[in-house]
Amino acid sequence: MNIDYTIEAPVVEGRLTIGEIEQLVAAPMETKPDKKFYIALSISGSFLLFGAVLLALSFYKGIGLWGNNQPVGWGFPIVNFVFWVGIGHAGTLISAVLFLLRQKWRTGIARFAEAMTIFAVICAGIFPIIHTGRPWLAGYLFPYTSQHGLWVNFSSPLVWDVFAVSTYLTVSFVFWYIGLIPDFAVMRDRTSTKIKKTIYSTFSLGWRHSHRNWQHYEKAYMLLAGFATPLVLSVHTIVSFDFAVSILPGWHSTIFPPYFVAGAIFSGFAMVVTVLVFVRKIFDLEHIITLNHLEKMNKVILATGMMVGYAYGMEFFIAWYSGVEVEQFVFVNRAFGPFAWAYWIMVSCNVLIPQLFWFKKIRRSVPVMLIIVIFVNVGMWFERFVITVTSLHRDFLPSSWGYFTPTIYDIGILLGSFGLFFTLVILFTKALPVVSISEVKAVAEGAQPSHGGTH
Amino acid sequence: MNNKKFYGLTALFNTPNEIIKAAKKLSSEGYTKFDVHTPYPLHGMDDAMRLKPSKLGYITLFFGLSGAALALLFMYWTMSIDYPMVIGGKPFFALPAFIPIAFEVTVLLATLSTVIGMLTFFFNFPNNNHPLIGTDYLRSVSVDKFGIAIESDDEKFNNTAVRAMFGSLGAVKVEEIYYPDTETFPLFQKKFIFLLLTFAVITSGTTYFVLNKLMFMQPFSWMMLQDKLIPQEKSEFFADGFGMRVPVEGTIARGHKPYEFKGEVNPSSFLINPIVPSKESMMLGKKKFLTFCSPCHGNFADGDSRLRGQFPNPPTLHTKRVRDMVDGQIFHIITNGQNIMASYASQTSVEERWAIVNYVRALERAKNATQSDLDEIKKESAANGK
Repeated sequence: MNIDYTIEAPVVEGRLTIGEIEQLVAAPMETKPDKKFYIALSISGSFLLFGAVLLALSFYKGIGLWGNNQPVGWGFPIVNFVFWVGIGHAGTLISAVLFLLRQKWRTGIARFAEAMTIFAVICAGIFPIIHTGRPWLAGYLFPYTSQHGLWVNFSSPLVWDVFAVSTYLTVSFVFWYIGLIPDFAVMRDRTSTKIKKTIYSTFSLGWRHSHRNWQHYEKAYMLLAGFATPLVLSVHTIVSFDFAVSILPGWHSTIFPPYFVAGAIFSGFAMVVTVLVFVRKIFDLEHIITLNHLEKMNKVILATGMMVGYAYGMEFFIAWYSGVEVEQFVFVNRAFGPFAWAYWIMVSCNVLIPQLFWFKKIRRSVPVMLIIVIFVNVGMWFERFVITVTSLHRDFLPSSWGYFTPTIYDIGILLGSFGLFFTLVILFTKALPVVSISEVKAVAEGAQPSHGGTH
Repeated sequence: MNNKKFYGLTALFNTPNEIIKAAKKLSSEGYTKFDVHTPYPLHGMDDAMRLKPSKLGYITLFFGLSGAALALLFMYWTMSIDYPMVIGGKPFFALPAFIPIAFEVTVLLATLSTVIGMLTFFFNFPNNNHPLIGTDYLRSVSVDKFGIAIESDDEKFNNTAVRAMFGSLGAVKVEEIYYPDTETFPLFQKKFIFLLLTFAVITSGTTYFVLNKLMFMQPFSWMMLQDKLIPQEKSEFFADGFGMRVPVEGTIARGHKPYEFKGEVNPSSFLINPIVPSKESMMLGKKKFLTFCSPCHGNFADGDSRLRGQFPNPPTLHTKRVRDMVDGQIFHIITNGQNIMASYASQTSVEERWAIVNYVRALERAKNATQSDLDEIKKESAANGK
């Protein structure tokens, strides 16, 4: 085969004109939702409702209904929190890091990934708050002047977490909204119904596609990307500090920050692929979210999957190399103890199965990649489970060893968080442009001036 | 044909190359109040329009740095000054532990200020009343056309000349834009005010309900409703029906040992002053004397009451009789009271009473100073350089 690798493959396929791109992306918002939409919504809504009922019961009776108990005080809520924050990382990575790296292919998937970030962080934020058992007192997490004269402990990783996750949610939301403004203006100019026009006008803020605005807009986008990049790395680093700053064997480890960030990108990309596979099919966006996009994401999954695998191995190596007996015990116990089943699910889903992505045929086959990324999602959830539960269930004192068994409430609330996530995703596909119209137009063939030397 | 206010002329082009050419032409001819409208940012347009680089970064820099500074200062103030607490053996100002939050606040403030600054200060948004909004011109630009607009305010603006220029550049459509008929102020429309009022009522009502009602309902109230007796509560368990219990007979509160010489005349032989006068105990004695004794005895124990005859004046404490009393007797008088003076045992602690005694002694010596005392003071002042 003679392939010229110096020519970049077109980002948008099918030689779509700029007008056709807009038509394609705007179509879901301009047509009435069909039966399939309502079926999907009712399934995810049922999960959400199931979780909500169990959550309400937990509030009423107390969180003794959950499996958390001594010695495993951090059960499902913290596992789910870390899992969902990780899912959120792909969005900012695609929209900010790939923007700074000048990866044009990000345009097709950035909007969707950003939306998923926001939804995932919303899901994540619920868990530490409900874990307290009194979520209505969550305001105490922020430093405010109170009659107690007390402040939060600024040197605690749990307070860093509050700042990191709330900053991440705010910045992701702002980033997303800034990207949406020109698209709101496009929708404002497309629609003729009065209510829609009012809504789109309000949110477009009077955007006129003026180049005097575009100039600042591009600058702002770059500045935001520059801030979001270290932010996305900091968030999961700080989440890992929740564990690493403690002195528990299995948690007290300096590899945690990079290991958590790699895992977050790994799981986030897997979730983006899972959802995009359906979205591009259902909304006929195969020319905009192409097979090349999916293949590139699969490559990222392969790379980060191996980073995660390296971390698994290195943890064992350090446990042996450090000569700390308790540390060695924890890791042998992790792989061969009562929770060995969870450990081997994690290793096979996260390290072994993604190795299939070395084959180009598999990277480009939609059904096979869907199965693999679902395995990755499962594996990454189990990674958080293994880290949280196996380190806690057998600590320094053999007399306090125990086994963690989740209850129906734990599982139901986890399913409910998936319900919330997919409900938000499904509503998003009908309410807002799932692909950034102006960004994709800008990378279409013939969209930029042909004279040389200006870029 | 109409008397609407003229905004300017717009022209539409089909390709990016044409619009770049048109922008170059306009800027080279010296037009300043023109703008290019494109569905997405075009590479090379900044140069073609001769725009200066965006100054947005300065806002980001300023607010980013203030975010870092504010966060660090605030954490320093709370953790080192307002409520210092040793945590994990770290210093009060534990910089490494403050870095994560300082970083997050920096990012948050920089991002928000950039976006809000751009939208309001640079773009003047929200601005849905702009004459271009709702025109066919903007609608075409929104999809796939490339437009250029010259405002009639421009010094070089001339309707026919601009039209001719647009024609020569290959414009597919030229359109005149007018300001909207009447300026509407949506802020003052009845509907909008009604909407605001509704929001205000709903928000304040919900807040009131949540804070004053909901928090006292189950399950939110379960922290308050616990299976235990709280003071003043009734109890079926005890025969007398009181929830509160009386302490065992003879119980005394910590630091409130009963005074064993109550009602005696002069038990001073049993009372020895345990306090060695120090600066601290003198200051304590002064404070307590000024609080409890001075209203009747006067600030310097001269017997010059400040009560203007509402209560009989006591005698001065500088008489020989008082000066000859032993410390224990003065202590006994403060504790037990004397004549019409009441006991001050409940207002002052034992230690404070002895401190008062010492202070009274100091006052007496000062009021009746001898020449040797004065010499001593002079010597001391000279040593201190006064």
